[in-house]
Amino acid sequence: MGAGVLILLIICGVAFAGGGIILSWAIAKRSTNLVKGEPYECGIPTSGTSWIQFNVGYYLFALIFLVFDVELVFMYPWAVVVKSVGMVGLVEIVIFMFILFMGLLYAYRKGALKWM
Amino acid sequence: MLLMQIDWFFLVEKLSLITTILLISLAIAAYATWAERKVSAIMQDRIGPSRAGIFGLLQPLADGGKLFFKEEIIPTNANKFIFIFGPCLFMTTALMTSAVIPWGPSFEFAGHTVSLQVADINIGMLFVFGVVSLGVYGIMLGGWASNNKFSLLSSIRAASQAISYELAMGLSLIALLMLTGSLSLREIVDQQHGFWNDGYFTWNFFKQPLGFFIFLVCAFAELNRAPFDLPEADSELNMGYHLEYSSMKLGLYLFAEYINMFISSAVMSVLFFGGYNYPGMDWVSANLPAWVFTFSCVSVFFIKIIAFILFFMFIRWTLPRFRYDQLMKLGWKSLIPLALVNMLITGGVILWLTK
Repeated sequence: MGAGVLILLIICGVAFAGGGIILSWAIAKRSTNLVKGEPYECGIPTSGTSWIQFNVGYYLFALIFLVFDVELVFMYPWAVVVKSVGMVGLVEIVIFMFILFMGLLYAYRKGALKWM
Repeated sequence: MLLMQIDWFFLVEKLSLITTILLISLAIAAYATWAERKVSAIMQDRIGPSRAGIFGLLQPLADGGKLFFKEEIIPTNANKFIFIFGPCLFMTTALMTSAVIPWGPSFEFAGHTVSLQVADINIGMLFVFGVVSLGVYGIMLGGWASNNKFSLLSSIRAASQAISYELAMGLSLIALLMLTGSLSLREIVDQQHGFWNDGYFTWNFFKQPLGFFIFLVCAFAELNRAPFDLPEADSELNMGYHLEYSSMKLGLYLFAEYINMFISSAVMSVLFFGGYNYPGMDWVSANLPAWVFTFSCVSVFFIKIIAFILFFMFIRWTLPRFRYDQLMKLGWKSLIPLALVNMLITGGVILWLTK
């Protein structure tokens, strides 16, 4: 039953978000103008396209995030049953985390975590 | 035949609950904007909104109405579909998180047990995480589709910040999960029943203070609230990802931000501050009518939520904004190692106690 109700809630949420936009589209006045459609960058004429390459630093963080996020997913099932698996489970997770922590340390030493 | 099988009472119950929750979220979001202006005014020795209604209480309605009537401008070079899709997604994900939060204890009504929770799924916490991380797509798509350099920079900042702090948030919650042994929010609340039991505080905050502080800092970052409001940074990026937005699409972004604040306050009070539990609730449930008990539980929960929202506001008007390198340093070099240590300590203590 849970999933069905969730879908109901999603439909309500979409209806609300879409409804607001449609209502405002229906009742608000509109006029077009060449200057209105320009990007607003503090009044100075825009130079070049806006979809440009950006700092590689963001990309590095995304890569490290990917590794750690998967690690997180692996740890959730262990966390739920930690009381029943006992010491063996803790030792295993410590080894697992040690390896990952080495990875973090490696990224740290390589300067991937340093913002340029 | 299929129509006969549907439990109509269940459907009506859930639909009315969903409608109520959505309306309450919106009302609280609207009045959070009012409260934010009032709080900032008080902290800066001003008066704040005072013209519309007594104490300016009608100001949110006036603002909402104004947003509907504003002209909507879509930049010529913007990607039109994604430009409209972004705010819709942000709003929908903000509203969806409310599904798994238990707003109060179950009660009997007309021979049925009514649960004050839209969906009691056993992976409630994972659901919250999933939806919260979907939320960043709303910002990213909206900022990218605007075709504006400020918006693009802001959306990349938002994405990078959100993923960095999501890790520390998840790690701080793992320590909590080890204590509760369940991902269902209803069960987590039930485990924190009352306030004091056999010489222990039942609320998780007293068992996981470090986890709570990590979670709190990450919540600030996930919400893009000051001192982590780099994606918005009104003084350097002109409000960032919603710079090109106008009319109700801007309204959706602003509303969704406050709804997110409301929901994350609710999640924090469920996980760490006992949700709808309060000291002396057993006495109330034994001696007073059932509706008083339900009503008091829900009120206590909302008082906790409002306290958290006010805390968010006090912090915003107290602390200056971080620099981006400081933000990344705090996330990766302080919070993540701290959360890992917290997790190991919790694991050790749990095994030591169960021996």
